[in-house]
Amino acid sequence: MARLMTGAEIVLECLIREKVDTFFGYPGGVTLPLYDALYDSKIRHILVRHEQNACFAAQGYARATGKVGVCCATSGPGATNLITALVDALMDSIPVVAITGQVSTKLIGSDAFQEADTFGITRPCTKHNFMVKSLAELPQIIHEAFHIASSGRPGPVLVDIPKDIFQAQGHYTPVTTIHLPGYKISMDGHAGQIRRAAQMVWEAERPMVYAGGGILAADASKELREFVEFADIPSVCTLMGLGAMPSEHPNYISMPGMHGSYAANMALTESDLLICLGVRFDDRVTGRLAAFAPHARIIHVDIDPAEISKNRVADIPIVGDAKRVLEKLTENVRELADEMRPKNAAARKAWWSQVREWKAEHPLVPEFSTEEIKPQHLMAEIDRISGGNAIVCSDVGQHQMWCAQLIRFNEPRLWINSGGLGSMGFGVPAAVGAQFAQPDKLVFAVAGDGGFQMSIPELGTIANNKLPIKIIIMNNGYLGMVRQWQELFYNNRMSSVLLEGFPDPEKLAGAYGFIGKTVEKPSELRAALQAAVDHPGPYLLNVKVTSFENVYPMVPAGGAINEMVLAPPQPVAV
Amino acid sequence: MLQLISLLVENKPGALMRVTGVLSARGYNIESLTVARTLDPELSRMSITVDVEPSQCAQVIKQINKLINVLQATDLTEAPAVRRELVLVRVRSSKEDRTTILKEADIFGARAVESSVDGFALEATGDPEKLDSFIRVIERYGDVEVTRSGLVAVSMEPKKLKLAPPVRKEHLHAPEDAQETVTTE
Repeated sequence: MARLMTGAEIVLECLIREKVDTFFGYPGGVTLPLYDALYDSKIRHILVRHEQNACFAAQGYARATGKVGVCCATSGPGATNLITALVDALMDSIPVVAITGQVSTKLIGSDAFQEADTFGITRPCTKHNFMVKSLAELPQIIHEAFHIASSGRPGPVLVDIPKDIFQAQGHYTPVTTIHLPGYKISMDGHAGQIRRAAQMVWEAERPMVYAGGGILAADASKELREFVEFADIPSVCTLMGLGAMPSEHPNYISMPGMHGSYAANMALTESDLLICLGVRFDDRVTGRLAAFAPHARIIHVDIDPAEISKNRVADIPIVGDAKRVLEKLTENVRELADEMRPKNAAARKAWWSQVREWKAEHPLVPEFSTEEIKPQHLMAEIDRISGGNAIVCSDVGQHQMWCAQLIRFNEPRLWINSGGLGSMGFGVPAAVGAQFAQPDKLVFAVAGDGGFQMSIPELGTIANNKLPIKIIIMNNGYLGMVRQWQELFYNNRMSSVLLEGFPDPEKLAGAYGFIGKTVEKPSELRAALQAAVDHPGPYLLNVKVTSFENVYPMVPAGGAINEMVLAPPQPVAV
Repeated sequence: MLQLISLLVENKPGALMRVTGVLSARGYNIESLTVARTLDPELSRMSITVDVEPSQCAQVIKQINKLINVLQATDLTEAPAVRRELVLVRVRSSKEDRTTILKEADIFGARAVESSVDGFALEATGDPEKLDSFIRVIERYGDVEVTRSGLVAVSMEPKKLKLAPPVRKEHLHAPEDAQETVTTE
């Protein structure tokens, strides 16, 4: 049976049925009917200060919970302000539904006020997008959007709704079935392939598990741990997969890649079998592809068939959900254990020995100085307070790499960062979303002085909602990562990387009504951080760190990952 | 190399753009593209020839299949398939060549669809190689203007269409829905 509702009311009803309790947005002309209906609704809407941050906050919410994050913007500039964050969600496969208003159907194509071809512009920025043409199709489209965003390989979906559709009245018939004949998802991997993979696992003498964001998307952390433990294989987690294996697990080495650890990169390079789970052989991890894991056979498990054999041909491709495949894989591995484990026992022992040796040779350890705060020291202090349990939302740059190297994450969904797109200005709004998603958890927003200045408007959102986020600025006065590349590859010609005129943090936070402090001395760092964490509200801590510090190890562009530069070149005495 | 792809896509707004968009975003050059409705008005069939490295062929199909509106994408490059194209050739000719041109056209199974003082408009259909020869022959008679339709292909071994079944969403049921089945007249 149907009841009479406006398009705006239908949108909210659909959100409620999708269990959305919080969404982030910024109203405008064409979304007035939606916001009017919102006034009486029990859904919580968080007003941000820039639409880009509404979508980053929706991402932070999604990344911290696994639920679909929702954001809302008006037509024209409101919608176009979402683009960066939508592409970011697409690159990192984050489930987000973006609702944008559009000018009335009669005005579309007439260059009306605040009109933009949102549907056309966001087509390559989203997993899928919709333009609603009639009231009748509205509920179906909203639910299809949620389904597409959250299933298979998750991603952002945009729904563009013209103003007259928001205002139109009609009968609302609840939707309970989604029919998208062209949207095929294979959840269960091929049983024969899984069997062959299990055999390969035992046959390998130097196996490695290479796990990434797909483990988090599949909620497969427990299954991953069980597999790694039973088969007793060393594992690495990519930037997007940190926390999939607990950082402190004995089978966990660390992050591989351009700024990964020595042990992780050497282990991948010398391996004879890579068990790839929810990863995509991204160039930051592989370095020069031809030289990546040259001796290894590849088992590649991914829910997106297009990723398999895209960058590296898979010997055993398995299209499926990581959770289900890992369960079956462990089962098969168990069945073969008694017969096959003794055959390779000696080789495996030698491999573990070698891996531990690499770990001991060049461990990722923080550096300290008594004169200035080293950035690694800052990360070590954050790690100490976190104990592997805090949520850390990072911005993009050198600080992001040091966080990934030096902060422990013992569970998934604690490490939140922009990996694939690397969008500066991500950290603070993502922390807003994460704090709403996990109100009882300690949430750090770690940003460089560059990225922080891209997110200053959201200090208003934080103050307004009294979010107890601890914003830690790693302030080296430069656009650090760019400066590092200029030093290493452009003869130290520091072109446009000096970030002068950083605002006084005490005054800035004070202007927004909360506390801001600066700390410069290494001896004061611990106490300053503790004070920030102990304070019951939002806190801005500006940590002045060494200006010319570089992230090591580093794999130079075009290099193989075992050709890393491990430490800054020492000056030679003449 | 030229990869020939035949795909079945839902006839929804933007569907064509999605396909061409994903190809151009990935750097694959589209040589020709035809699209038209099938017997089912909700579905269109597209024939696309893409200029791509042989190692990329499988990836192209996979990327197209990722699109939600695409029901099926088949690589027909090596498969048994009928390939047809239509070409309209306008040729300016001298009075003396007129009969010869018509005879040449006849050999290719082409016909004159328009005749004027200056020359003819000839229509020919066939596989692309035959049409290439036809154009080369006619070109020798005078200035030509060539309009090709692009390749249309049909596979000789029809693949069974594997579609995703409807998904029932239990969480979308609300208790009040059941009460509303009572009609009030």
